[in-house]
Amino acid sequence: MKFQKELKDSIRKALPELDVVIGWCGSFDPLHATPHFIRREEDIDKLEIGPLSVHNLATYLPGLRSKKVGIVVKGCDSRSVIELLQEKLIDRENVTIFGFPCTGVVDQAKIKKALGHVGNVQSCDISDKSVVVVVGDQAHSLKLSEMLADKCHSCRYPDAIISDYFVGDKIGDAVPAKADYEALETFEKLSIPERFGYWLKELDRCIRCYACRNACPLCVCRDHCAAESRDPHWLSQENNVRDKLMFQVIHAYHLAGRCTECGECQRACPVDIPVLMLKQQMNKEIRDIFKYEAGVDPEATPPLLSFKMEEENITEKDW
Amino acid sequence: MAPVKYLKSTDLKSWLGELAQENRVFAPRYEGDAVIFAPFDPEQEIFIKYAATAPPKKTVFPQSEKLVDFMYSKDPEDLSRILIEAKEVLPQGTAIVFGGRPCDVRGFTMFDRVYMSEEATDIYYKARRDNTSFITLACDSTENTCFCHWVNSSPSDPTGSDILAVPVTGGLLLKAVSDRGESLLTSKLLSEGESKRDEAEKVIKEVADSLDQAPDLAQAPKKLLEVFDNIEFWEEVSAKCLSCGACTYLCPTCYCFNITDETQGMKGSRIRSWDNCMSALFTMEASGHNPRPTKAHRLKNRVGHKFSYYPDLHDGVISCCGCGRCIKSCPAGVDIREIVLKAIAFEPTVTEG
Repeated sequence: MKFQKELKDSIRKALPELDVVIGWCGSFDPLHATPHFIRREEDIDKLEIGPLSVHNLATYLPGLRSKKVGIVVKGCDSRSVIELLQEKLIDRENVTIFGFPCTGVVDQAKIKKALGHVGNVQSCDISDKSVVVVVGDQAHSLKLSEMLADKCHSCRYPDAIISDYFVGDKIGDAVPAKADYEALETFEKLSIPERFGYWLKELDRCIRCYACRNACPLCVCRDHCAAESRDPHWLSQENNVRDKLMFQVIHAYHLAGRCTECGECQRACPVDIPVLMLKQQMNKEIRDIFKYEAGVDPEATPPLLSFKMEEENITEKDW
Repeated sequence: MAPVKYLKSTDLKSWLGELAQENRVFAPRYEGDAVIFAPFDPEQEIFIKYAATAPPKKTVFPQSEKLVDFMYSKDPEDLSRILIEAKEVLPQGTAIVFGGRPCDVRGFTMFDRVYMSEEATDIYYKARRDNTSFITLACDSTENTCFCHWVNSSPSDPTGSDILAVPVTGGLLLKAVSDRGESLLTSKLLSEGESKRDEAEKVIKEVADSLDQAPDLAQAPKKLLEVFDNIEFWEEVSAKCLSCGACTYLCPTCYCFNITDETQGMKGSRIRSWDNCMSALFTMEASGHNPRPTKAHRLKNRVGHKFSYYPDLHDGVISCCGCGRCIKSCPAGVDIREIVLKAIAFEPTVTEG
């Protein structure tokens, strides 16, 4: 990426005042990146940003609250930072934000699906148009637009909304290629028994590892989650789909109007359960009722964190 | 020499169907975009080209299992007395697991040393273990995350299996590894496989040769103990860890569990369910004290247990089968190989004076 050097220079400048800067670097194979914790000058060289920078690093911020932390953010990640600031789960003076103009990140699950197998990727070259992956000595060329994460197609915030350092030229207001909830709206057309059947089938393979919860930047109850609590005893530890669904419902409710739809829950799922849709459903309702979008205004209060005697779009008196 | 039989790919489902008449048969198949082990269903396609997303651990060590059913009742003679009736629930029947990989199946031998030792036997585990046969697929390719050869195994290691199946042209060459395995090779669908033996040996050799040189892990147990109290070391290597249970629950050698009573009204069950040392509650004590308060402490335990404490207790055997699922399925890309090698290479800074 052309502004990678500029980013490294900014980090180099800020690092002496910071305990750590979180970015991304290469991982176990050329198709993946991994979060990179820069503590020393020499760690800066390993930093890599680009379409493999999939992780939302804001997830690490609440756990590092007592430290001076730098964080590199995509536009979508910056919305999580804003949400955390709104909820006073992190302190603005302790966080240094490095933004860059993001042109989208890939969805590795799509690449895996397109190629059938990505266990022995030898190289991965991503240009403006294509993703060329060499697997088992065979090169496969995929269209980048088809391999991008769904959220990138409906992205309206390619530039970090909030930042202390911004490298590269801002993309400005993006016109999303797709409407926000296209897939969800198709799903909503199914009957309730069909939708319920879908979730029972998908969640059956859940292993209850709670990667969805732990990868979520806004799942901040951390070690006090209803999923494992014995008192109150919301969920049993049995391997039944009812408890698995119940947890997902609790998760979605807790995130209503807070979730920025970064998709980390779904990306983290080791058995590929499409759990983001549950949160999108809640957000769609919030958008319609409260005309609110999470994580775009640091001064705003999420609708379910506030109280009004008379809600504009909830007309209880007429019921 | 153990008998070898040839099974045509087109007969695979029929053969498993035969085996399913008297056993519960598990085989890998696609569920959504993940490959998991599920009860054999002739209507559904089996997927054995590559290793499954989740190992067949649950076939012997279920995600949750009933240990005891219990029921409370009031003594009609004395209503202040509550009576409890408890009934042990032992696993019944025999099972066959088809399509696990050598790493997956060897994983159970790590369980055996703990759950079927001379000092103590876990009757629930033993009931399933003794009654489950493994028809294991030797790997004909490897992945970037594979490292079975680091931990004294190989892509064709038959340890823990009853039959080793090697992919050959048009089907599988089945080699009995145990007497129980031999008794499963009686079907009329199987033909004499002697003529395919050389081809199978070639497949095995080619895959073994494709693996790079494994590092020497002999120092791992000692070196991991040396960094035990070095919290900075563990904070650095665990920084990106999310402290979820994906690695543990997909691990063929992780065997920790929780026991809870799940009661509804006057009835309930005592169940055992998977637990994991990456969870904060895992070591939470009743007093409120938690000896592993951070993810650094917890990841240290996970790595230390596999590469140091377990080998120290069990003749140097590393309790990791090298399947690599913890690496490829980690949402944050934590690489256990990197951590072990860092611990081995770690030299404490010498301070003068």
